[in-house]
Amino acid sequence: MEDLSFSHKAHERAVGTKNIAIIGVVASGNLEVLAERILPDTECLVEIKTAAEGFGDVWDAVVADFVERTSPGGLKFSINDGGARPDTVSLRLAQAVRLMEDNDQ
Amino acid sequence: MSAAPTQTAKLPAGRDRTASWYEASARTRVRLLLDAGSFLEFIGPEMREVSPHLQVFDLPEQFDDGIVVGRGSLDGSPVFIAAQEGHFMGGAFGEVHGAKLTGLLRAARDIKSIPVLILFDTGGVRLQEANAGELAIAEIMRAVIEARSAGVKVIGLIGGRSGCYGGGGLIAGCASALAVSEQGRIAVSGPEVIETNRGVEEFDSRDRALVWRTMGGKHRRLLGGADAFVDDTVQDFRDAALQLLRSAGDFGIDTLKAEQSRLEERLQLFGTCPDAVDIWKAEGVPDADAIPALPADQFISLADEVRRINRDAR
Repeated sequence: MEDLSFSHKAHERAVGTKNIAIIGVVASGNLEVLAERILPDTECLVEIKTAAEGFGDVWDAVVADFVERTSPGGLKFSINDGGARPDTVSLRLAQAVRLMEDNDQ
Repeated sequence: MSAAPTQTAKLPAGRDRTASWYEASARTRVRLLLDAGSFLEFIGPEMREVSPHLQVFDLPEQFDDGIVVGRGSLDGSPVFIAAQEGHFMGGAFGEVHGAKLTGLLRAARDIKSIPVLILFDTGGVRLQEANAGELAIAEIMRAVIEARSAGVKVIGLIGGRSGCYGGGGLIAGCASALAVSEQGRIAVSGPEVIETNRGVEEFDSRDRALVWRTMGGKHRRLLGGADAFVDDTVQDFRDAALQLLRSAGDFGIDTLKAEQSRLEERLQLFGTCPDAVDIWKAEGVPDADAIPALPADQFISLADEVRRINRDAR
């Protein structure tokens, strides 16, 4: 297992009022993303525990691209990864942000 | 409830109760099965109560340890609910996973008036935490019996990709009633386990038709192990759960005696049958060979004609 952490400045606060969301499952080629609205509005933190070691550069690029595209300010993402491909990671992160846009609690 | 039909009508395909139970995740099953917006999770993923054992094996954890537990309402009435995630380690029972279900059942036992729905999707005990997992199975079985003794109905719903195997099959055997779909296999030893221990002549685990015929929902319904057979949609499981909550009988020593007689009779009648089809023929099922290919609705009417569930047993 490898632990990775990426901290970014976000342009804008993530839309919505939901405080927590979870998407995905931990399985081969899949991952779960837990999103929590617990950071200051301009910050974004992505913490990863992955079964596939040695892919730090790829994670760095995927996370930077995600923050640039969606500006998830105020959100902390915690990921348990079972060796998902970068496109699956991007999809799950986008799904997590979409779930946080809901206003119901 | 009144707003639900218009809400679901706007959702894209697979987001309402026509969704496949087999394809849905544990969380999706819980959300769609219960009344809209009624689910309240206990020990949610944000609490990060993960397995203490997987780290030792350098394996990834899941924040809910593969089981979702909580409460909600079903057609306006309160229920406790537990759902296993069959994609995470085959839905297998570990220490934390098991403790969450035990705690839920003990709460139901103490409160007495709220039934429990268990959405099984499991291969059995998680091998990496074998002793803790085996203990969890024993604790859960005891908790099911204690809850039922206190008057609580415990309903099992089985239709996931991991089926209901190993200790999961034992727990299901302790429940008040079970609903199963064709995909939802119920057994203790799985196909590969039997083949490994007894040889391929005894059981060919690669013969999918044999696996489904021997352990699948249709056979379990005809044999009386499962009380209801349902098609693979959330709506069908919901209807079955509501029906079983109404019809499941009380529990006591008489129930156990009746169940024992039923099992003895089963062994006597079918003990020498080499295949499930022979059992169906012995039961007098017309055109038994056609059963595996029969669509769900036709099978349900056939099963209702052939075998009335003995209400004293289970």
